[in-house]
Formats: sequence, C-alpha cells, structure tokens
Amino acid sequence: MIKLQNITKSYTTGQNTLQVLKGIDLNIEAGEFVSIMGSSGSGKSTLLNILGILDEYDDGSYTLDGTLMKDLSQKQAAQYRNQFLGFVFQSFNLLNFKTAAENVALPLYYQKVPRKERHARAVEYLDRVGLKDWSDHLPTQMSGGQQQRVAIARALIGQPKVILADEPTGALDTATSHEVMNFFKEVNDQGITVIIVTHEHDIAEMTSRIIHMKDGLIEE
Amino acid sequence: MIDIDKWQEIFSSLGRHKLRTFLTAFAVWWGIFMLVILLGAGTGLENSQKRNFSDDATNSIFIRPGQTSQEYKGLPPGRFIQFDNQDFDLVSKLEGIQHITGRFYFWGSFFVTYQGESLSFDVRCVHPDHKVIENTKITEGRYLNQSDIDEFRKVCVIGDLVAESFFKDGEDPIGKNLTIRNTKYKIVGIFTDSGSDRERRYIYLPISTAQKISGRDRINQLIVELGDIPLEESLKIENEIKNVLAVQHKFSPDDREAIRTFNLAEAFQEFQTVFGFIRGFIWFVGIGSIIAGVIGVSNIMLIVVKERTKEIGVRKALGATPRSIVTMIVQESIFLTSIAGYLGLACGLLLVGGLQSVMESNDIEIEFFYNPEIDLGMVIFALFILILSGAVAGLIPALQAVKINPVIAMKS
Repeated sequence: MIKLQNITKSYTTGQNTLQVLKGIDLNIEAGEFVSIMGSSGSGKSTLLNILGILDEYDDGSYTLDGTLMKDLSQKQAAQYRNQFLGFVFQSFNLLNFKTAAENVALPLYYQKVPRKERHARAVEYLDRVGLKDWSDHLPTQMSGGQQQRVAIARALIGQPKVILADEPTGALDTATSHEVMNFFKEVNDQGITVIIVTHEHDIAEMTSRIIHMKDGLIEE
Repeated sequence: MIDIDKWQEIFSSLGRHKLRTFLTAFAVWWGIFMLVILLGAGTGLENSQKRNFSDDATNSIFIRPGQTSQEYKGLPPGRFIQFDNQDFDLVSKLEGIQHITGRFYFWGSFFVTYQGESLSFDVRCVHPDHKVIENTKITEGRYLNQSDIDEFRKVCVIGDLVAESFFKDGEDPIGKNLTIRNTKYKIVGIFTDSGSDRERRYIYLPISTAQKISGRDRINQLIVELGDIPLEESLKIENEIKNVLAVQHKFSPDDREAIRTFNLAEAFQEFQTVFGFIRGFIWFVGIGSIIAGVIGVSNIMLIVVKERTKEIGVRKALGATPRSIVTMIVQESIFLTSIAGYLGLACGLLLVGGLQSVMESNDIEIEFFYNPEIDLGMVIFALFILILSGAVAGLIPALQAVKINPVIAMKS
C-alpha cells in the first residue's frame, strides 16, 4: 500500500539547513495497523506529512497504492488526499460553526457528492461512531472524546485506503484514549490501513506494528 | 451552476460578523451612491445650461452699443454709442453673415389690449431673420417677412401664451387686431419657443413699423447668425463687425466699452470645456470613493482569510483544491461588493429619478437643475465595474489563502 524508498527531507531556515529525514525506507502493506513512535524532533511528524501528501520530500520515492507521489500540483495533491487518505488530528480540527454531520460530510463535498446523499452518509458514519443523536450539534457542545469520534467519522466517510492519525489521543484522557483506539481497531478490521503517530507507549502497544524513529531514521 | 453549499458558506461567513459585513458593504454602497448622485447632479446642471443654449442658434453674436472709454481722434471718452439702420446695413454687407436682425424696444411699460381686456406683455420689434436666430417655431400663420418691413405693415406675431391669454373658447387669433400703444396690429402668426416661458410671452412687430411710429431710426441691439463655421472664423467676423462699427461711430478699435459683443459660439465652447472638466472631476471623485470601498472589502477579506487560516488548512487536508479555495473567497467578495453596490446604485437612481418626477409632476423648475437623467449604458458599466472590483478585491486574499500550508495552519 505504502512504499517509501530513501526519502530525504531538509528544512532551510536562514543559513542553517536541518536534515529532518535522512533516508527513510518503509513498506506498509494494505490492512496493516501501524504506529510510528519517536521523540519530538525525530522526524515522525514530517514523515506523516509526507505520507499525507501535505508536504513534499526532497529525494527518494513515495508510492501510494501503486501511484508515484512526486511533483504533484496542488490540485492533484488535493485529489489524492481526498481519494486515498483520511486524516485524524490531535486537536480534532473540526469546523466549529458547522454541525457534526456537516463536518463529517465535508470530504464528500470535495468529491462532488450531491447534498442529500452527503447528509445521509454523514449520519450513517456518525451512527458507526455512536453519535447519531449528535448530528445537529456543534463541536463546541461536545466532549473531547466525542469530537475525536466525529473527526474519525469524517476521516472514514471518504472511504479512504489509509487513515493517518497524528497524536489522535494526545488531548484525551486514558479511558477515552482507549475508546478511540478501539475505533481505530474496528476500522482496521474492515481492511483499512491505519497509521498512527504517537509518543505514548501504551497506545503504540495496541497497534500490530511499531516503527521507531530516531534522528530522521527508522530503527524498527 | 448554482451551488447551494457555496452560497450557504458565504451567508454563514458574512452572517458571523454582521457589523463588520454591514460596515464593509456600507463603504461600497456609499461609493456607488455618491457616484450616481454626482453624475445625476452633473447631468442636471449640464442639461439646464444646454437648454439655455438650444433656445437660440448657437453660432450667433449679440452686439449692443455702449459708452466709449478712450479718447479717439479728438473726441472725449464717455460718449454713448447708438445704433441705427445704417449700422444694420453696414454689418449685413459683411462677408459670412448668414442672418441678421435688429431689435428695437418701446420704452416704458404699457398694456396690450384686445376687446377691452388689457394685459402686459413684452414687445420686440425685429427683422424677419430674428426667427432663425431665436429658434422661433411658428405653430399657426406666418412669421414677419420682408414685405412687412418694406411696407411698414401694422402686423404682429404673438407667442402661444399670449394667444392663450386673450383668445379663449377656441377663438382663432389670426386676423384679429391687438392694440399696442394706441396702434392696432393684425395678428398674422402664432409661435412657440423651446426656451423658458418668458420667450413664449413675446409679441413681435416689424422693426420698420415701430421705428416709424416712434419717429426714431434707432436700433437697440444687433444680432447676427453665422451658420456652421468653426469658432476661429466666428471670432474673426466678430472682430470685423467691431472694426466696421468703430469706423462708423468714430471710436478706437481697441475700445472694449464702446460696443459690447457676446459670441454664443465662444460661450458654448467654453461651456463644453467646463462641463468636460466637471464630468471628469465627478468620475474622478466617484471612482475614488468606489476604490476606497473596494479596498475596504479587500482588507476585510484579508482579515477573513487570516481568521479562517485553520479552517482553510483543514479543508485542504480534506481534499479542497486550490481552485475551490479561491472561488470560495472571491465569490464572497464579489457577492458583498455586488449586493452593496447594486443597492447603492438603486438608491442613487431612485433618489435622482424621484427628484426628477417630483419636479416634473409639480412643475418645479430649478434653473441649475434640469432633467437629471442617468443613462442605462453607464449603469451597466457601473455594475460591470462593481463585479470586476469585487473579484479584484477578493483575489489577493484568495491567493493568500491558497498559499496556506495545511500542516502549519492546523497546528496554530
């Protein structure tokens, strides 16, 4: 599903060049449940951004579902994100002025799905995360755990091949964290590849494969 | 394509900051409103002045005798110049004179009488060419002719308002006699005039008849018409007339007080230049205020983009294309400017149009404000400018939005 070959990435600030990724080789098969661990500065967030086509890499090659992700236009990148990937963020990143259902339906809007169908599917996905009755509520009226479940529903609705989660439990307490992880497990059971970036060991333990990162390199 | 979702986005975005939206829209509204009002006032002023000109043939020169201000050939300054029929003959022989008339006035006020009814009207004693120079339109009968002059006929031509005053119940004025200063004049024609009502209250008599009756060979004023010639030619002829009269009345050709001339063509030219400037100025001010409004919109859209940085980042992560981000911002900006501008346009037109119809229906005449119309082409042009400026106002913030890096945006 995901194939990285000798990915390098460096940031230039002023006259200093910081090599963040120093040659990443990584294979993730379809249906895997993977966590990426590492201390801050290890390059794990950068790696996740590259995987999410949110950032470009300098050298190497990244193949997603058989398609080479290189030198994409902004439009192409947007389309691939929409088609292949679902995102879950640490700070949920829901739009506060939209209801839960509208938030969930947003990726479908960019797939040009008709309005009514969008709403129906959004309610269906909210039902899956147990929040059907909260469809018309605004995110600000919900707890952190509920908001993250809405975000998961939003990541799933586009029927992505890969879910990318950046510290999805970072803002949640232990009980809620486990609840959210169980959702990811369920999602994974349906055959969707799940990649979670975390620095919490107990969270990483719940995945089936842990990738350790240190100083821009993978040490599995 | 009508995209309900896009419109919902726009309404909710604008609705979240009602006061800000209102103030931004107001600036645009005011800009357009002022432009329309200014243009209406400008056109009204211009039309009122144009009407004054259209009253007379545009290429005419009015010549009035004055008082000498310089000593000339031993004659002291301060002499009063007087015109007579000799001056008329002299000037009419000059090259380039198409039409010429003298005007002779009876002194003092007096009444015009018909069948015992006496009313006060102004009487002008003129040559037949006066018809062309004054743009008089005969509605019935005929104007004065050369035979009237040659034979000292006691005839008159009256304005339609004069006719209305004396002849009621469909009585035909033609052939009836009006008594003016104890002399009976037969009415041979009725006229109307595009100028003010005052013009339609005149009674015209043959100048020769009037001169004979008053026993004086005097002419109060000469008016010549030069036909369709350029302004330089007209000024040259004006100068020749002055020279001829200077020789005849023995005053210095440089004496500006001895006779006074008023060249309508020159005045018209000046008038057009002045109004050209006024129009330019109005557009300058109007466009300036629109630009101020549009810059306001652009500024607010920049703030909107700043505020929505995180949201735009999320949208991008979820698969929003750059194009969809740009259209989202630009559409909001166009919507805001068009609606505000359209309302400004409508209010301006309503005010100008309302003023016009109130003036018309109540027969109010304001000397410096007449028919303040605003033409449709200009309105369409203004709408086009509005939509264009809305797009421009939104484009810079939209391009800013496209540059937003979703990763950084969502971390903030």
